[in-house]
Amino acid sequence: MEPVAITLPILIPMLLSLVAWQLRRHAAASRWFLPAGMAALLAAAVWLFSIINAAPGPIRVDFGGWEKPLGISFKVDLFAAIMVIVAAVIGFAGSLFAVSEIGKIIWRKGYGTFFFLLLAGINGAFLTNDLFNLFVWFEVMLMASFAMLVLGRRKFVFEGATKYVVINMISSFFFLSGLGLLYGKTGQLNLDEIALGLGNAGGDPVILSTAALFLMAFGIKAGVFPLYFWLPPAYPNTGFATAAVFGGLLTKVGVYALFRVFGGAFGFLSDVTGPLFLVVGALTMVTGVLGAASQFHTRRILSFHIVSQIGYIVLGLGLFTQGAFAAAIFYIVHHILVKTNLFLAAGAIASTGRSERLEKLGGLLKGSPLLAFLFLIPALSLGGIPPLSGFFAKFLLLREALREEAYLYTGIALVVGVVTLFSMIKIWGEAFWKETPRPKGIEGYRIMQVVPIAMLGAMTITIGFMVEPLFELSSRAADQLIQSNPLYVETPEE
Amino acid sequence: MAGSPGERCNGIKLMEVFIAIMVGCLAACGARMLLQRSLFRVLIGLALLAQAANVLVFTAAGLGKGDTAVIGVDAKALAEGHPDPLAQALVLTAIVISFGVLAFCLVLLKRTHRRTADADVDALAQTES
Repeated sequence: MEPVAITLPILIPMLLSLVAWQLRRHAAASRWFLPAGMAALLAAAVWLFSIINAAPGPIRVDFGGWEKPLGISFKVDLFAAIMVIVAAVIGFAGSLFAVSEIGKIIWRKGYGTFFFLLLAGINGAFLTNDLFNLFVWFEVMLMASFAMLVLGRRKFVFEGATKYVVINMISSFFFLSGLGLLYGKTGQLNLDEIALGLGNAGGDPVILSTAALFLMAFGIKAGVFPLYFWLPPAYPNTGFATAAVFGGLLTKVGVYALFRVFGGAFGFLSDVTGPLFLVVGALTMVTGVLGAASQFHTRRILSFHIVSQIGYIVLGLGLFTQGAFAAAIFYIVHHILVKTNLFLAAGAIASTGRSERLEKLGGLLKGSPLLAFLFLIPALSLGGIPPLSGFFAKFLLLREALREEAYLYTGIALVVGVVTLFSMIKIWGEAFWKETPRPKGIEGYRIMQVVPIAMLGAMTITIGFMVEPLFELSSRAADQLIQSNPLYVETPEE
Repeated sequence: MAGSPGERCNGIKLMEVFIAIMVGCLAACGARMLLQRSLFRVLIGLALLAQAANVLVFTAAGLGKGDTAVIGVDAKALAEGHPDPLAQALVLTAIVISFGVLAFCLVLLKRTHRRTADADVDALAQTES
């Protein structure tokens, strides 16, 4: 049963993408098929998680019985299983929003197909244990995201997409070069085998240059300083459901790859990469949040906040302890849910206030108090207000930073948290509180837009009240992650 | 790691040095083209970079001498000294992927060009504010 459970999160969206292509001409069927398929994917993800959660360790599947180095293997640990569940939740929420938002013409062009393929690529990247296979899943994900991006057909979408496509091709170049060199050196593509082979290869120049190439490749995808400049132009110029799914998931796939490679197989480089990630993380936080503070467009503010939040997660990677990894995994889950929710809320704000520019918005608190309440939950969570998920994510991470005596980075993170809250309050004050500048007043939103926002908001609150079991879960995931580090056995943490 | 492709060639092979230099030249030309103002030169730069990566993967796995990675009619296994077939499979996959992405990129740049009526990178600046 395990191989079935492990392949289903990829198989379901791949097969359903074909069905969605056949259904694309039927207006209602093509719309509702997408959330229905995402619900099936969510069920498969929960099943996989329950199996992995009950198992003593990671479960590995070698496809077709091929031995190393020819075979492709998947290794599913708790971190991967958690990410697959979160991806399915985001896919479900995004597809519910898309039902009401996306126009008939775009469905006819195969929006549902690309949505499913995107999830297949993302899940493949989470589950695989083979570097070249990871490259292929990245490309599957990117091709689907390119298509979804330009299907939005908004003003400037091609300009934003051009930057996104070009920078991602450069990232693919770095990744492919790195894995080619690594394969030449170790004769392996499997991350476990590479970890074993690299265990005593410390300062080899080929290994170091491979690490640098991977750092560039995943850094571009994750959107860390100074490689994030493609992100703010690309996301705000596409559809809302698309931007929500991208903002929630795509950069996090890059972060996930950073954890897999630099937290696992390349963990022996932590003396070099640890301080580097700390500096990069701090700069990412600061530049992202300052970029957001200077913007007056809802989704542009949120896009810069993706960058700044990535900084916190990379900080967790830089601390390089089991506790920091656990906090970072907790942070990733919180961040994906909250960020998608904020992008969806920005969509509801835009359809209610008929603009995304803060100066043209206003009066939404009187006009739609429910939306105001639903926006406030993820906004305050992002700012780190207790008892929401963001407070605990930041608290756990900063507690670990203090334990490691990284006082400077703790201070930076706290200041960035305050500026984040300022940005959220800016959106709140401009869009909800001030009087509407429009004489005609505001429009209503559609009920289907509120359902996914309420669902994700409820999850944010739930995380806030279930911190202990969830942190215990991410601790176990961090244990499994750090055990894939080749030096782990020789120098165990405490 | 006995028998891994990296260790099969302990001495420096002249051909590998030449190809390594060629990869460097391809990547350098690609980077130079990426820094140009014209969007279509950017596209050419991407194509060159993709080729550089493909040849790099091919070379890094070690170049065999003379033989092909094909099992003969009478043989049961590959002859000694053959090049690594897995690296060739990887490169084939990578070529297909980069071809697909480049085709998409070409269409995208054409549409951007038509929309902005300008093939200069400055036309992309309006997404920044």
